[in-house]
Amino acid sequence: MAEAADDLRNAQERFEERIGLDERVEPKDWMPDGYRRTLIRQISQHAHSEVIGMQPEGGWITRAPSLKRKLILLAKVQDEGGHALYLYGAAETLGASREEMIDALQAGRAKYSSIFNYPALTWADIGAIGWLVDSAAIVNQIPLQRCSYGPYARAMVRICKEESFHQRQGYDIMLTLARGTAEQKAMAQDALNRWWWPTLMMFGPPDEDSIHNSRSFAWKIKRHGNDELRQKFIDQAVPQAEVLGLTIPDPDLAWDDASGHYRIGPIDWDEFQRVVAGDGPCNRQRLAHHRRVREEGAWVREAVEAHAAKARARGEPARVDMAAR
Amino acid sequence: MPLFEVFVRPRRGLQHQHAGSLRAQDAELALQYAREIYTRRREGVSLWVVRSSDITASQEEDAPAFFDPADSKPYRDATFYELPSEVKGL
Repeated sequence: MAEAADDLRNAQERFEERIGLDERVEPKDWMPDGYRRTLIRQISQHAHSEVIGMQPEGGWITRAPSLKRKLILLAKVQDEGGHALYLYGAAETLGASREEMIDALQAGRAKYSSIFNYPALTWADIGAIGWLVDSAAIVNQIPLQRCSYGPYARAMVRICKEESFHQRQGYDIMLTLARGTAEQKAMAQDALNRWWWPTLMMFGPPDEDSIHNSRSFAWKIKRHGNDELRQKFIDQAVPQAEVLGLTIPDPDLAWDDASGHYRIGPIDWDEFQRVVAGDGPCNRQRLAHHRRVREEGAWVREAVEAHAAKARARGEPARVDMAAR
Repeated sequence: MPLFEVFVRPRRGLQHQHAGSLRAQDAELALQYAREIYTRRREGVSLWVVRSSDITASQEEDAPAFFDPADSKPYRDATFYELPSEVKGL
């Protein structure tokens, strides 16, 4: 008994030491239960955000204004599916199962980013999502590349690299619209008006109200406060809007010489709480769609299993004809 | 569903490098999924998939026994040997 207690103490010390030295924690290392649970929650919610995030954009694939735009949007939405797979894979290294994670999403026990509960009403929204939402995601994700948990940090490196294409294609759409006809420019402005505030909410509540913060900081899962990251995003987005010739929908927005930052008006945190609690414009639709697709796709998963089982029974690997694709 | 580790060779002449893992029904499908997940941007010219359970790994607690013996053999490195500064080409 005493020996087991010693082992645990040593393992705890090794964990703390590793965190202190900025080393990565790997799947087979001992880690506190709270660390494991916090990571599973965060990584799975991140994965769910990628999956649900495919919906507002996916609806525009068939309505993209040109074949080029359609190919680009298709590649972007496919990337998001890929990002979800990297992230589910990272969460699985912690012992979480895919089924459990998806059940938690569908039962509402696990959240996804509140931003995806807003609708993409016009083609300009695809531009605004790429420019604003993906830029905000990058600002959030860059520090996560140095997160203490190795598989999550490595997934983030890959994701950040791919996100920069997302951000640029969004800005490219905005630029094209902003330099187009008066009607197109008005469309771009309207999209900016609707997406600006929800994007600022993506960084989460002000630091003093955030419940998950202190332990995540101690464990080096999180390295920057919500407000600091939000400010970073604002400081880069405002000049980008100026290049577009569009107006940020905030009458209080002003450059503050003393701090070297832009200052913004108050964020409507009541709206944020409503959307997180399930009463955003599209919450029900997003989850209903996810449930329907999961059910409708069940036969594919079953067929693949059956095929693999048959091949095993015949003693041969299930062949995939690459040439036929 | 078994777990597979994915290795990508970035280009001819370089070794395969571990890229990540995925779940698949069997190795052939793992290869197919690996292409979709890890090589959407010409990241490589060749893929390996290996069942994770087929990998035998050294354990963290064995690290001293495995790697410490090298600590006492600095003479295996070129920098161990001091040369007069006028010697060139060594």
